[in-house]
Amino acid sequence: MSISLSKLSGVVAALNDTIQENKAYLSEVDGAIGDGDHGINMAKGFAIAADATADGSKTVSEELSVLSKTLMMKIGGSMGPLYGMFFKAMADTLKDRESMDLETFSGMISAAKDAISKISPAKPGDKTLMDCLVPSVESLVASVSAGDTLDAALEKMKKIAAEGRDSTKDMVAKLGRSSRLGERSRGVLDAGSCSCYLILETLANQVIAAE
Amino acid sequence: MQKIINDPQTVVDEALEGFVKANKHIVEVTDNERVIKSTEAPKKGKVGIVTGGGSGHKPAFVGYVGKNMVDAVACGEIFSSPPAMMFYDAFKEANGGAGIACLYGNYAGDNMNVKMAIEMAKGDGIEVKTVVANDDVPSAPKERLEDRRGVAGEILMWKVGAAKADMGASLDEVIAAAQKTIDQTRSMGVGLSPCTIPEVGKPNFTVEPGKMEVGIGHHGEPGIEVADLEPSKQIAKRMVDLLVPDLPYEAGDDVVVLVSGLGSTPPLEQFIFFNDINALLEEKGLNIYRSYVGDYFTSLEMAGITLTVLKLDDELKQCIDYPADCWGLTQFGK
Repeated sequence: MSISLSKLSGVVAALNDTIQENKAYLSEVDGAIGDGDHGINMAKGFAIAADATADGSKTVSEELSVLSKTLMMKIGGSMGPLYGMFFKAMADTLKDRESMDLETFSGMISAAKDAISKISPAKPGDKTLMDCLVPSVESLVASVSAGDTLDAALEKMKKIAAEGRDSTKDMVAKLGRSSRLGERSRGVLDAGSCSCYLILETLANQVIAAE
Repeated sequence: MQKIINDPQTVVDEALEGFVKANKHIVEVTDNERVIKSTEAPKKGKVGIVTGGGSGHKPAFVGYVGKNMVDAVACGEIFSSPPAMMFYDAFKEANGGAGIACLYGNYAGDNMNVKMAIEMAKGDGIEVKTVVANDDVPSAPKERLEDRRGVAGEILMWKVGAAKADMGASLDEVIAAAQKTIDQTRSMGVGLSPCTIPEVGKPNFTVEPGKMEVGIGHHGEPGIEVADLEPSKQIAKRMVDLLVPDLPYEAGDDVVVLVSGLGSTPPLEQFIFFNDINALLEEKGLNIYRSYVGDYFTSLEMAGITLTVLKLDDELKQCIDYPADCWGLTQFGK
């Protein structure tokens, strides 16, 4: 089963809608152990990118590339470069493609994970977005080998991604600003894993809707 | 929110605009409106001094741009690292052909963005070397020095690095002097009240009345202990007892002491605190060579105070005594 990428046009607008809807939620989660601006900075970056892609003239790869550049060049913080690299890898995977199947989707999320690893030492267990992203990639790779349908694989991934996000609650932060908190970081979700879940969920829903 | 602003979304831009206009004799805006440079930069043949970081720490970072201080600065959102492009633009503005010393603080975002900016600068043939300040003692134990964050010690690192650069030193010599400065610097702070990022609209943490956060970070990161608020003498003793053994500083050492309010702790309290620090350091046999007391590195309107101590040698003394002119620190010599 594969879908035409042209059906995914407007993916950045969809991601922006999700981030704007969850702006206060992300800032609140971040405020518990960070400085409370995660939602604000994400919302700023996604809104700029949504504006720049609003005319619908760009391919999905180009849209994601605009989002990547905006995050890297205009947003900063830790999330700017991390999600900038994340979306750049996705844009690169889809470049010159016209359709997407489960293998493509899996390869795209896997490349996004590898791109983050290039600039951050974060690994599962550190209470970062990797706790959501790494199991999601593993779930997709397993689905490819098992021959799952695209739909089934994406539903599975969403479930695993949510579990990954929730697993950060009981963790002690090892990286980033909240890591200085030690034990005091336990008991709250990691804001990066929450935004990562929202992004994966939205991407999956966009693909499911396009089928 | 009791703030004199227009729009929470544009506080950084409006403040920078005002800052540049008020200090047009020492700084100017560049093509990138978040990159501010010294009117004298770039100086041909001189190592360029660059820093950057989140906003909300005035005078840091932009207040240290000027003569014999930082050449160009990248100004991020409140408490948020500037993007890579901004650091890259700052490198270009400060580039006099002798390389760039990027002297900044140890935070995850800054580390990533600087790293990416250095890659971008390579394409232009600009050589960039870094020193990552890690002077905040309570932020990590001594076995994990590399995890400590950079705080007010950064000011002394810029002062020494920039003086060295103006004396005609090479990039490696500037980096070595700046690295030595931060290696011989220890800092810590206490927080008495929180601060509010305008766009968030509410305080980013709480300190109960009658309490203090010992070892607080420059963004309100919790410290090592929440304790009952103590008299200045006891706060000073806590800090000296933690900082002095960490380096360690020894009797006979010449030191620079920098005491900074965190935003809403008035000079009156700062001098009471300095008086106590002075007595305690003298008791330990340290010679205070020079002191800086004031709002040198703040966290919006947080109440609290930080102590920074730098152990000197002849090279560092010469750099500390060097004249400098910027909004945050002006001196005409020793």
